[in-house]
Amino acid sequence: MTNSISDLEKADVLLLTGTNTSENHPVIAEKIKQAVLSGRTKLLIIDPREISLSRFAVMHLRPRPGTDVAWINGMARVILDEGLEDGGFIESRTEGYEELRRALEEYTPQRVEEISGIPARDLTRAARMYGKAKRAAILYAMGITQHISGTDNVSALANLAMLTGNLGREGTGVNPLRGQNNVQGACDLGALPNVFTGYQKVDDVEANEKFSAAWGRELPREPGLSIVEMMGAAQRGDVRALYILGENPMVTDPDVGHVKQAMESLDLLVVQDIFLTETAALAGVVLPGVCFAEKEGTFTNTERRVQRVHKAVDPPGEAWQDLEIIAELARRMGYAMPATSAEEIMREIASLTPSYGGISYARLEEGGLQWPCPDADHPGTSVLHTQAFPRGRGKFAVVEYLPPDELPDEEYPFILSTGRLLYHFHSGSMTRRSRSLEEKVGQGWVGINPRDARKLKLKEGSAVRLTSRRGSLISHAHITPQLQPGSVFATFHFAAETANILTNPALDPKSKIPDLKVCAVRLERVGGGEGDAGATAT
Amino acid sequence: MVGVSLNGRRVEVREGSTLLQAAESAGLSIPTLCYHPAVAGGGTCRVCLVEEEGSGRLVTACDTRAEEGMAVRLDTDRVKEARRTMLELIFSAHPFHCEVCESNNSCELKKIASREGISGRELPFSQDYRPVVDANPFYLRDLSKCISCGLCVRACQEVQGVGAYEMKGSGAQAHPAASMDSPVDLSVCEFCGLCVSLCPVGALIAKPPLHRGGEDRAVVTTCPYCGVGCCMELLVRDGSITGVRAGVPASVNGYSLCVKGRFGLDFVDHPDRLTRPLLRRDGELVEVSWDEALDEVTRRLSAVVEESGPDAVAFLSSAKTTNEENYLLQKFARAVVGTNNIDHCARL
Ligand code: SF4
Ligand code: SF4
Ligand code: SF4
Repeated sequence: MTNSISDLEKADVLLLTGTNTSENHPVIAEKIKQAVLSGRTKLLIIDPREISLSRFAVMHLRPRPGTDVAWINGMARVILDEGLEDGGFIESRTEGYEELRRALEEYTPQRVEEISGIPARDLTRAARMYGKAKRAAILYAMGITQHISGTDNVSALANLAMLTGNLGREGTGVNPLRGQNNVQGACDLGALPNVFTGYQKVDDVEANEKFSAAWGRELPREPGLSIVEMMGAAQRGDVRALYILGENPMVTDPDVGHVKQAMESLDLLVVQDIFLTETAALAGVVLPGVCFAEKEGTFTNTERRVQRVHKAVDPPGEAWQDLEIIAELARRMGYAMPATSAEEIMREIASLTPSYGGISYARLEEGGLQWPCPDADHPGTSVLHTQAFPRGRGKFAVVEYLPPDELPDEEYPFILSTGRLLYHFHSGSMTRRSRSLEEKVGQGWVGINPRDARKLKLKEGSAVRLTSRRGSLISHAHITPQLQPGSVFATFHFAAETANILTNPALDPKSKIPDLKVCAVRLERVGGGEGDAGATAT
Repeated sequence: MVGVSLNGRRVEVREGSTLLQAAESAGLSIPTLCYHPAVAGGGTCRVCLVEEEGSGRLVTACDTRAEEGMAVRLDTDRVKEARRTMLELIFSAHPFHCEVCESNNSCELKKIASREGISGRELPFSQDYRPVVDANPFYLRDLSKCISCGLCVRACQEVQGVGAYEMKGSGAQAHPAASMDSPVDLSVCEFCGLCVSLCPVGALIAKPPLHRGGEDRAVVTTCPYCGVGCCMELLVRDGSITGVRAGVPASVNGYSLCVKGRFGLDFVDHPDRLTRPLLRRDGELVEVSWDEALDEVTRRLSAVVEESGPDAVAFLSSAKTTNEENYLLQKFARAVVGTNNIDHCARL
């Protein structure tokens, strides 16, 4: 997030898009509701699905899935047409304005209506609301990024914020809500194929030399493979060994049929985890690590706040600390890791990572610190870009609407979007082993609009078969007006019926994010009251 | 800042503070049942009465603003007498079976009563019995014990923004009921558990396996689920987690958590936890020693690197593990193996 969670209540307008906040970030949803209830903040939701926050919104516009660039550009155009832009901010803080203005000309509300289905009048009203606010903050999540045009969607949102000067102040910003507890931290700490810690590029000569010197080894300069690319490379035999720490791609990755083939083509699969997950079950070696309650360390939350994790209980049996496992493997491969305790490692991180430079365990005990925190006296940064952007001026990126990779057709007439539920988390390896959560929701379902359900003669709970070009699964229908006709929704928490049997691994060319929010599927009723959920991969 | 006098002692507090907050900041305690810092308001239980000097007026400390020059006494005979009466009234409608109540150790009513020297049997007991409602996996409602403080209703409405309950009836008969009289457990409740954590008595009780009550230690940590990063205390007894508590000072979430953070951490003790390394032999995963497992990984990883180069190895790190673990694994990939093939499921 460019801003902080505590900022939200200072916004006059909150624009939510591609986030079902109450299910995925419940305590942030609570802050949003408090802001609205206080009467200070107006909520504007633009999302294909109706969500439980919708009843707190002054407006909820429902575009067709995968048409985000169109409506965002449309809003930007209305803002310019009506003179609601912030000329001072554009002049002093940005560049590329003229090109953007020209590119936006095509996005008239009428054309946007044709593409997205949002009535021109409503789009104009929404643009005015956002454009006129003194402080407007955008919040988004995977509903914006998990598209083939995910990067463009984010650029378009950034354009909107820059045009109206809604950056660098409290109550504003472009705020991605990060899904998992430490997805921010994993990115910050260089668990990405193209960067070291703090986004220092592996192909930047200076950065590469710095890390080579610090680690005492010549380091590779070519960016590596992303997760979905790894699977392809494994299938081709280019990647022969895969080491997985605490992930479960057999449930969470798009097109799990393909993932399985990839795993099976490997010479060596090592999985370090706390449970025998669907992925670990395929491994040649499984190494038992420890869970959050059994270790020291830090997580970095969605507002860039580095927070302590403290050991409360001992690990079960002979499980080892994950740090110990990695350090011991390194030692056996002829490399001595100088720092092996969590605190020492944080010291090493701080010494190599400017944005974490001032972070030390001693400073984290009271509420953590938000990066950038460059030195030991720096208080941390609650709002980014207050004076300048990392590159100096903010650049308006011209982005054009492109249709999703896979559109519905006669054979596969529905658009499937995937997502999470309040009661479960990711692959379910933890929540499905919580007695109460599993008792509350023990199986997945497929959400479908009442009109489509009538056409297909489906009742609540009817067994349905969902089929895409990649696979097929059986689940249960959940009939809900929250979905638009032609759209269906499924989760991926439940291994046997993970929606990722169906999803499309087509990638955003820039971010390499798969298009998990739009894929074409067919929906059929199965038998009469057949109950068992099961799946087959084609 | 405004200055007030408490028991003759001058105390400076921020404008807008209540007398209760002023007392707290001066280290003086005023008992209360219906006030909690998580929720605005209070003033219904009337246990926090204090006496204004001069006028002799009794006012409720939790919702009376501290104003410049105000002088109150916290423990005059009139205050004590009034408080005793309030507590006796509450007990006259509250079953006295503390030995078998789940909240025995944490009950605010019991604590205050014993401090004030009240047995709870001063007045005859009269109350409508309400059956225990066990309708969801997370908590029970035993409204016979409800003391009508209204905290749960206010918390759900104002903090959680859900509004699953409203107060029905008046006086001692008042009790929280589901809005529009639908069964609360089937309606809009999101099971965040805030109401349960605030209930001063045993009327809302979290169900096991977590929240078994009693702890030796509380360890502050960060929720392992979503990116909000809520702070929590893990309550530990005899080496296992017996409960979860929010309200860590300076935390993003204050007293709130969601259902996963509050009720979903029992996976830690699950019998499925891996306890020994596993190695595939003749198609089966079998338990082996650490030495054997690590040897196997080292040998086979080194062989792949030797035969096909470092880029034939790839790593998936995790958005669930710590920063330090992510750092060490990418360092392992880059410095030890020599590949940039490292990623995690940020995009999923
Ligand atoms: S658990 Fe949360 S949502 Fe449910 S009634 Fe209590 S406060 Fe409201
Ligand atoms: S249930 Fe508990 S919190 Fe709610 S009104 Fe009764 S005593 Fe108060
Ligand atoms: S308690 Fe809920 S909202 Fe808070 S971090 Fe955990 S999962 Fe997220």
